[in-house]
Amino acid sequence: MVMKVSMSVNGRAQDHDVEPRVLLVHYLREVVGLTGTNVGCDTSSCGACTVLLDGESVKSCTLLAVQADGASITTIEGLATDGQMHPMQEAFRENHGLQCGFCTPGMVMAAVSLLQEHPHPSEAEVRHGLEGNLCRCTGYHNIVKAVLAAASAPAEASA
Amino acid sequence: MTAVVGTRQLRREDPELLTGEARFVDDLVVPGALHMAVVRSPHAHARILSVDTSGARALPGVVAAFTGADLRDEWAAAMPCAWPVTADMKNPEHFPVAVDKACYSGDAVAVVLAETESQAKDAAESIVVDYEAMPAVVDLEDALEDNLVIHDSLGTNVSYTWNLEPDADAVERAFRDAAHTVSERYVQQRLIPSAMEPRGVCVVPQPFAGEYAVYSSTQIPHILKIMLGLTTGVSESKIRVVAPAVGGGFGSKLNVYAEELLCLALARRMKRPVRWTEERSENSHATIQGRGQIQHIDLAADATGKITAVRVRLLADMGAYLQLVTPGIPLLGAFIYPGVYDVAAYSFSCTGVFTTKTPTDAYRGAGRPEATYAIERAIDALAKEVGIDPAEIRRRNFVAASAFPYQSVGGLVFDSGDYAPALQRALDLVGYDNLRSEQAERRAAGSTRQLGIGISSYMEMCGLAPSRALASLNYSAGGWEAATVRILPTCKVQVVTGTSPHGQGHETSWSMIVADKLGVPVEDIEVLHSDTAISPYGMDTYGSRSLSVGGTAVWLATEKVIEKARAIAAHQLEAAEEDLTFEAGTFSVKGSPDRALPLAGVAFGAFTAHNLPDGMEPNLEASSHFDPPNFTFPFGTHICVVEVDEETGAVALLNYVAVDDCGNQVNPLIVEGQIHGGIVQGIGQALFEEAVYDPDGNLLTSTLADYLIPSAAEFPNIVTDYTVTPSPTNPMGVKGIGEAGTIASTPAVINAIVDALSPYGIRDIDMPASPQRVWSAIATARSAKEARA
Repeated sequence: MVMKVSMSVNGRAQDHDVEPRVLLVHYLREVVGLTGTNVGCDTSSCGACTVLLDGESVKSCTLLAVQADGASITTIEGLATDGQMHPMQEAFRENHGLQCGFCTPGMVMAAVSLLQEHPHPSEAEVRHGLEGNLCRCTGYHNIVKAVLAAASAPAEASA
Repeated sequence: MTAVVGTRQLRREDPELLTGEARFVDDLVVPGALHMAVVRSPHAHARILSVDTSGARALPGVVAAFTGADLRDEWAAAMPCAWPVTADMKNPEHFPVAVDKACYSGDAVAVVLAETESQAKDAAESIVVDYEAMPAVVDLEDALEDNLVIHDSLGTNVSYTWNLEPDADAVERAFRDAAHTVSERYVQQRLIPSAMEPRGVCVVPQPFAGEYAVYSSTQIPHILKIMLGLTTGVSESKIRVVAPAVGGGFGSKLNVYAEELLCLALARRMKRPVRWTEERSENSHATIQGRGQIQHIDLAADATGKITAVRVRLLADMGAYLQLVTPGIPLLGAFIYPGVYDVAAYSFSCTGVFTTKTPTDAYRGAGRPEATYAIERAIDALAKEVGIDPAEIRRRNFVAASAFPYQSVGGLVFDSGDYAPALQRALDLVGYDNLRSEQAERRAAGSTRQLGIGISSYMEMCGLAPSRALASLNYSAGGWEAATVRILPTCKVQVVTGTSPHGQGHETSWSMIVADKLGVPVEDIEVLHSDTAISPYGMDTYGSRSLSVGGTAVWLATEKVIEKARAIAAHQLEAAEEDLTFEAGTFSVKGSPDRALPLAGVAFGAFTAHNLPDGMEPNLEASSHFDPPNFTFPFGTHICVVEVDEETGAVALLNYVAVDDCGNQVNPLIVEGQIHGGIVQGIGQALFEEAVYDPDGNLLTSTLADYLIPSAAEFPNIVTDYTVTPSPTNPMGVKGIGEAGTIASTPAVINAIVDALSPYGIRDIDMPASPQRVWSAIATARSAKEARA
C-alpha cells in the first residue's frame, strides 16, 4: 500500500507516493535525497534527526512522512541562504561547537528553534533546551557557547 | 606572514559538516546495492540446533539468506586478533556468523540480503533459529572459576595471565616495612562507547576486475584493508578502503568487524554492492564495549605518606571473543598504575577472562583511564589513612621535575613532566582553601547538601607507538605513521596523511603545520586522508597518536620538500645551498636579499624541469615514515567540585577545573575541544553510564533511552588552563590530548563524591554513582552508625 504525501521541503514542493510506515527522516533522506539529517538512534533519544516542521523543531524519526503531509519542512540543507551560512551555523563554527559533526545538523536545527522561542536565553535555558540532542564529542561546552553567541549576535539568529 | 601554529584557527572541516554536505557511509548513494540485515542471537549462550532461512527467502525483494555454515567457505581465516599478549594466550576461533553456538546476546547467526533495507529487516524476522539455551556466564569472578566453560575447545574461561613484576622481593619488602598500607577493590563497569554515528559498511565490487571498494565508518582504513585481505582471501592489492565522514569512534571503530567482512564476502559472492547500516540497539550489542575490569590495588607507604610500592591485580572481561586488540587493552594501563608518583617497587598482573557478553576492546583511553582511576582513588584512601590533605599527599609523591627523562619502575622512560605546577594552578583556579573552609562549615552545620572536592593528578602514555615497544608487547604491527607532501605546479600543496580523522580536525592542524614551514597560506593546502588508494601507507587514528606521530611525519616530509626546493633554488640563484635562507616562503641569498626566489618559482621550475641540477628528478614531493622513539606522556590535574544532596542522593557538579599539559599546542581551539569532550565522557562513566546485564546475559541498556550518555543539561562550564612542558620525542614538542580528559575526569568526580560522603564513614561508591547508589550508601552508613550507637 502506498499513500500520497505532499509537503514543502526547504521551500520546494515535494509530491511522492510512500509506504505509510515510512518515517519522515527516511522520507527526507531516501526519497527527497537530503542526507544531511542523520539517524543516530531508534528511540527518539539522540536528536540527530531534528528538523523544523512549520518552524518548530521535531525529531523526524518520531513521525511518519504521511503525518507531515501539507507541512513545511526545513532541514539543515535549507538553512544557508545565498551561499551564506545561517548565523547559527556560523556561531557553531566560530565557537568550535562541533567535532565529528554527526549530531551537528540536528543540534543546529534544535538551537535555531530554541532561539525562536527564547531569543535571549540564559546558559541554563540553553542547556535545558538542548537536552534532547546528544553529542558525544564536544562535552556541550562549546555548543552552549555557540548558541549564546548566536543569541547575542547583532543579526537576529532566527530562521 | 605570521605563524599560525599555536593560534586558535577555525576548522576547515566545519562548513560541510554544518550544512549537511558531508557524506557519512549511510549517505552514499550506490545504485543496485543489496541491503544486508543480520539475525542476532537473543540468547547470551546457546547452541544453534538449526537455522531455517526458507521463509525469509520466499519474501518479496529477498535475494539470499545465509547461515554461518553456508558462509564457512567464504573465510580464508578466522576473525583476527592482532595482539597475542602471551605465547599461551587462548583465543577461540570464531567467524563473522556463528556456526554451532552463539556466545553473546547479539552474536550473528544468519544474514539476509534484499533489495531494500526494510525488506531485509522484515525477512530477518522470518528466519527461524532453533536454539538450545545454555546458562550465561556474566560475572567475572564466577567466570574465573570455570564452573561453566564457554569455549569447549579451550577448556577454560581464562584467556591469559600477563605479569609485570620487575622486582618481586622489593615489593614484598616494601609492604612488610610499610607504616601505612591501603588495599582497595574497584569495579570498572562496562561502557558502551556510543559514537553518535552507528557503524555502516558499503562494499562496491567490480566483479570482472576482481576489485572491491569498501566504504566503512572505521577509524582504521589501512589496518582494515590488510585484515579484509587476510580473512576473505581477496588480494590486498584489490581492496580499496575508504572511510568517508565518520561520526565519532572513541576506539569503538578501531576494530575489524563481522559486518565489514560480511559485506565484502557477500559482494564477492553476489557480484553486487552490499551495504549495511547499524541500528542503535545493534550498536549496543554488536559494537565492542569498553572497560569491564575488577581492580585490586594495594599501596605501601612510609609514615609521611610517601608511597613505597604499588601492587595491582586485575581481572579483565574479554567478553565472548577476542577482537582486534581486546587482550592488550588492560595492559596499556600496566605501565602507568604508579601514576605521577615516584614509586620504587611495583607489581602488576592481569588475567583476561571470557564471559558470555559483547566483546570488549578499545574505548577512549583504553587501559589508562582504568589505571588512573585506581591510583587516584587509592592515593585518596592513603591520604585518609595517613591523615593528610589529598593535595599534600600528591605533592609529597610527585616525580620531581628534575628527574625527567624519568625511568619509571614499570620500564618506560617518561619523556618530560612538571607535575606540581599543574596541581597548584588547578588548586588556585578552583579556590581550594576556600572550598575546604566551606566544606567544614557545611559539615559543622549539619547541612543536607555536602560539598565534595576531588583531585585527579594524571599522566598517561600515548602517541602509539614506538614499533620496538610494540614488539616487546607482542603486538602484530608497528606504530609508525606516514605522510607525503606534494607542492603542485601553482604552489598549491597536497598533504597526504596515514591518519584517519573522525572529528579530530587533522585537515586543519596538518595544514597549519605545513603552512608555517612552507610560508604558504593555509587555504592553499589540502589534506588528503582516509582512502587507501590516496594514502597507501598509514596506521590510522587511535591512542592519541595522530599529532605526535602523524603530524610529525607531515613535519618531516615538509622538511624534505624544503631541502629539495633549496637545492633547486641554489642552482637557479647560482649560490651555495648553505648560503640560502628560507623565510616566509622565499629563498634568498644571505647578505643579498635582491637575489631571491619564491617557493612558487621553485615549484613551477621543479614542474617544468627546464633548469634543474644535473641528475635531479622533477617535481617537489617527499614522503616520511616516522617511527617515534618513545611514547608521549601528557599530564595534568583536574579538580571536580560536587554537591551531594543526602536526602535524594543526587550529585550536582558545581565546578570543574582542568589544567592539562600536552606540550606545545598546534591549535589550542582543538586541544580545548578534545579536553571538554574527554572530560564529559569520563564524567559519563562516573555518574551515568553502565552496560547492565541481567543474570541471563541480556543487555538491559541497549538503547539511548536506557543507556544514559551525558546531555547538555548535566554540566557546568568547564574551566581549562594549561602548563606547557614540551616533549623531547618529536620536533614540534607535542603530546597527545585526545584521551587525557577521559583519563583524568572519572576519578576526579568519584573522589569528590567520596570526599563529600566521608563524614558518613563512606570510603567507596560504585560507578556510576547514581542517586540511588549514593542514597543507599548514605542510608546503609547511617543504619550501621545507629546500630553501633
